[in-house]
Parts: sequence; C-alpha cells; structure tokens
Amino acid sequence: MFQFIFRRLSLVIPTFLGITLLTFALIHMIPGDPIEVMAGEHGVSAARHAELAAQLGLDKPLYVQYFDYVVGILHGHLGYSLVTHDSVMHEFLTLFPATVELSVCAAIFAIFVGLPAGIFAAVKRGTIFDHTVMTMSLTGYSMPIFWWALLLMLVFSVTLGWTPVSGRIDVVYWIDNVTGFMLIDSWLSGEKGAFISAVSHLILPSIVLGTIPMAVIARMTRSSMLEVLSEDYIRTARAKGIAPWRVIIIHALRNALIPVITVIGLQVGTLLSGAILTETVFAWPGIGKWLIEAISRRDYPVVQGGILIVATIIIIVNLLVDVAYGIVNPRIRHSR
Amino acid sequence: MSLLQLDNLSVTFGKFRAVDNISYKVEEGEVLGIVGESGSGKSVSSLAIMGLIDFPGKVTADQLSFDGKDLQAMPEKQRRKLTGSDIAMIFQDPMTSLNPCFTVGYQIIEALKTHQGGSKKELKKRAVELLTQVGIPAPESRLDNYPHQLSGGMSQRVMIAMAIACNPRLLVADEPTTALDVTIQAQIIDLLIELQRKKKMGLVLITHDLALVAEVAHRVIVMYAGQIVESGPAAEVFSTPRHPYTQALLASLPESASGKARLDALPGVVPGQYDRPQGCLLSPRCPYATDHCRKEEPENQGSLNRQVKCHTPLDTQGRPAA
Repeated sequence: MFQFIFRRLSLVIPTFLGITLLTFALIHMIPGDPIEVMAGEHGVSAARHAELAAQLGLDKPLYVQYFDYVVGILHGHLGYSLVTHDSVMHEFLTLFPATVELSVCAAIFAIFVGLPAGIFAAVKRGTIFDHTVMTMSLTGYSMPIFWWALLLMLVFSVTLGWTPVSGRIDVVYWIDNVTGFMLIDSWLSGEKGAFISAVSHLILPSIVLGTIPMAVIARMTRSSMLEVLSEDYIRTARAKGIAPWRVIIIHALRNALIPVITVIGLQVGTLLSGAILTETVFAWPGIGKWLIEAISRRDYPVVQGGILIVATIIIIVNLLVDVAYGIVNPRIRHSR
Repeated sequence: MSLLQLDNLSVTFGKFRAVDNISYKVEEGEVLGIVGESGSGKSVSSLAIMGLIDFPGKVTADQLSFDGKDLQAMPEKQRRKLTGSDIAMIFQDPMTSLNPCFTVGYQIIEALKTHQGGSKKELKKRAVELLTQVGIPAPESRLDNYPHQLSGGMSQRVMIAMAIACNPRLLVADEPTTALDVTIQAQIIDLLIELQRKKKMGLVLITHDLALVAEVAHRVIVMYAGQIVESGPAAEVFSTPRHPYTQALLASLPESASGKARLDALPGVVPGQYDRPQGCLLSPRCPYATDHCRKEEPENQGSLNRQVKCHTPLDTQGRPAA
C-alpha cells in the first residue's frame, strides 16, 4: 500500500511543474498589466510606468520572472498581492474555509442525492422512475450554473422567502472567526439563531454548486450499476439466497463504486471551478470570488498563487481518490 | 416423493419459448445428466429452478416442487431460504462467478451466515473445513485471497465449497467444467461426484460432454430447442438412442469417427425465435424427417422411465421405425 502511494506521489512532481508554467504563461498572455489597471482611466506616463514596473519586478525578462516565481514557491513563498500587499497565502487561508464549507456541503448534497438516485434508477431500469431520474440529471447537467442560481433565488428567496438571498449569515449576527467555517463558528458562538441562519444561507448555494456533480454521479452510478448487475457474480450471490437489498448494496455497489469514486474525485475540480460562479452570484466570500477579482486586476501573484493552491488541492484529492480506489478494488492494490 | 419435480415447465422471453414444457424428476442421491447443444434451454431451465429468471423472462409450470414443497406458491422470502441451502448451484465460468471485491473467505462465510449463522470463529472454522473438503491446499491462508489470485480450477473449487456450504440436498451444476483445462476438468468432476456420493445429494449435471454423462449419470435428458426429446437411463440412451437427435449427437463425438476423414455433424443450427419450424422442431435437420414430421409436432412416446419425442423413433439398429 505504501509503495502504491509512493508511486502515485512521484507522478505529482511533473504535474506540479506543468501547472506553474501554464498559469504563469496564461496570466501573462492577457493584455494589460497591473500598473495600467491600478492607474485606471487617468492613465500613467511612460516614465512612471517604467519606474513602477521596475519596483514590482515586472521589467525583467519573462523567463527570469518565472524563475524567481518558481524559486519563491520552492522556498514556500507565493508572493504578495500587488493590490492589497497582503501575502497570497494569508489571503487564501482567510477566504478558503468559506469555499471549503460551500464545496463540502455541495459534495454531500451531490453524493447523498446522486448515488441513491443512480442505484435506484439502475435497479428499476426502464421504469418511469428510471426515466425521471435520467431526465432530471441531464437537465441538471445542462443547466448553466448562474441561471440555475438565479432561478432558485427567485423562487425560494424572493417569492417564497424561505431562504436568504446572499451572504454567509444574517448581518444581525457578529460571529468571531475561530475556525473560518461559519457553521462551526456560529455554533460555537452560542448566539441564538446564528447556526440556523448560517445553515439557511448555505442551502441554495450548495444545491446550485452540487447540481452538476450530482447529475454526473447519478448517471455514472446508474450505468456502472447496470453493468455490474448483469455480472456472473451477482447471479452467484442471488443463488446463495441472499436478500435482494444485500445483493445490491454489498455485492453490486462495491464493484459499481470503482468508476464512481473516480468521477467523484474529478468532481472536486468541478466544485472548485463552479464555486467561482456560485460565489459570485451568492456574494459568498470565498476564493472563487477572490480569484475572479484578481484576474480583472491583473494581480499576477494572487492569480498564480491562488490557482497553484487550488490545483494542489485537486491533485491531493485525486491522489486520495487513487488510494481509495486501491482500497475498494483489490486487483489494483495487488498489482505490481 | 421426488426431491425435485417439474411438470410442464416453460420459460418464455416475450414470444420466445426458451424452455418449452419440460418435465422431469430428480431423486435423492441421483445424478441426472442434461445434454444438448448451445441454446437448447439447459441453463435457462436450471436458472428457473433456482428462481433466478428475471423480468422479462417468465416461468410457468404445472408443478415445480422441491421435496414436496411447491416452489411457485411459496413467498419469495421462504424460497430464498431454500436457494443456497437446500438447493445450490454452481456455474459455468468460475473466474467471473466470484465477486472480485471480496475475499474467498468472506464469500463462503456469507453463504454460511445467511442460512445457518454462528459465531465468527465457528464460521471461519467451517469455511476452512469446506475448503479442505474441496481439496484446496493451505485452506487457512486461502481464506484471505481475492478471486483474482486464484486459478480457474481453484476458483471452481471455491464455488463448489460455497455451494455445498449448507449441505444442499440438490446441487445444480451448469457446465461446471466448460471453462477449465482438460486436466482440471477431470479433477473437478471427480470432486463433484465424490461429494455427491458422500452427501447423497441429487445432482443435476448440465454439460456438452456426452462421454462424461455416460460415465457418471444415472439418467440422462437430451434437450433440443427448449424441449426434452429423449430421456432415460444413461446406459440405455447412449447404447440405443431412440431419437435421431441423440443419435446425431453421439455420432458427432470424435471417438465414433475413427478411421473417417471428417467428423459426423448434424447440419444446421438450433432454431431461434423467428425460424421455428412447424411440426417437429428437428425436422429441418433430421435425416429421417417425413412430411408428417414437418406438419405435426410429435407426442412423447414410451414410459416415464424412457421417453422419446419423435414420430418415428429409432429401433435398436438405429433405423427409424416404419
């Protein structure tokens, strides 16, 4: 098992290098630079521009800038925001819990709805239930995130008034930042109603963000289950006289989960990128919103550093998925 | 009272009759061989006995009883108590019939736990005993193996261990050796017969291998296109086949072609859903077919002990009766 993890880890290094190169190249390919953005409509004289560029290190050749950037990373420095002059890592750590909170809730929604729906659709294949689940998941998958968000907001927040429109908690509460996770902090604060308020703020964004992963998981689970249910070993299990639910949940699901777990892992990427839109629509103060703002301000260190951290997280999650894959599937664990 | 009794069992998939009104009995301690080409309904009929035919398949029978108990009338749950304990089955391809995600031990113990229960330690001990019984060396270490770590013969031994875990009174073996090497085939059959004798089980042995049936079966059933065309004591059926199909099957054995340049073969294939002939189902392929055969379906002839479904059964010389 350790050998397995180690082998996987060694593959991470080239991936990592590729990401630094790609983000660096892409952000520098966007026209305009941070100095012009900061100067705004007034413009900036060529001399002042050159002076500022020298100050920020933007006058050096690109490969030198890249080299400095990579050396910085190797030393554990992601640099400072050109706009706020705060360290990228610090800004990230401040905002990240909000995104994690949202993504985790979205993932829980996606898995707890998608998985059973997929299993049920497979077991009841060809019935009205199967068609309903598949139609709904296709709709969910095809729905533009921002539009879906606005739609839900219109119905549940504006018309019915069941949930708040945006933010993480009602303004009447002042919650001390202990863990950064509003659900935990509001619980710890002991203020009456704070926790309920935090939960109600989370519901719509979680559903919106979790919709696409849910649809993907439901469809993947269904097709994987269908395949497994026609396998010989399912017939063997039934011939043993095992209860039908046990055949499905123990014998079929365990095998069907193998591809589904991979998909769930890949959805973490979807969650983090989807968070950008969701956070923008719901004014959720997370890293999605932070990155969007950094791009429009050409805040190079924030964009580079932020994306690098997000990519790292996705790599780690996929690594964990690989490990989980090995746990679920003995054939992988034992292959040398 | 017979251990297993079928009367006019049919299995239909939509309009297609995969099994067409078959009747037979299996007595306690009896080995019944079922032979026939691929697609003749051998496996489907055995799955029907196990209650493993899924929608859209439909099973009908005038009688389908095990030890006097009507399998069709009993509730699902009660029937499940019989399957896997009193009636067990082993399948064609052992490599795909074991669940790849669970250890051998888990899968055997599951069978024990479902029907008998017991403490963890007891169950494990019984699993080791079972593996010993089916001739697996170092059974204790094998319990922790996953199916992909076993060879085909080893997997089939595990399947057999699982099937006999709850001391079944009837074992249905659906081509248990088809997917195995020739040398392993003999070992597996020897094992099955040895267990059958020791436990006095009824054994339904479905196979392509006529020589094997001749050797081990007490009685034999020859199936063609979902119907039983001939049945009787194995020795009699093989020495003096009365149905042209049985005759053709025996003639197609390589052993009976010694000295000939080509093996004998029955031309054509088993009719499917859309090319089912009128009259006798074998008539398009039968060398002795008459106009009468092509128009009218033959009735079963002879006693229950020795039946043949033919208008002009063969005589002892292997020629059709006038």
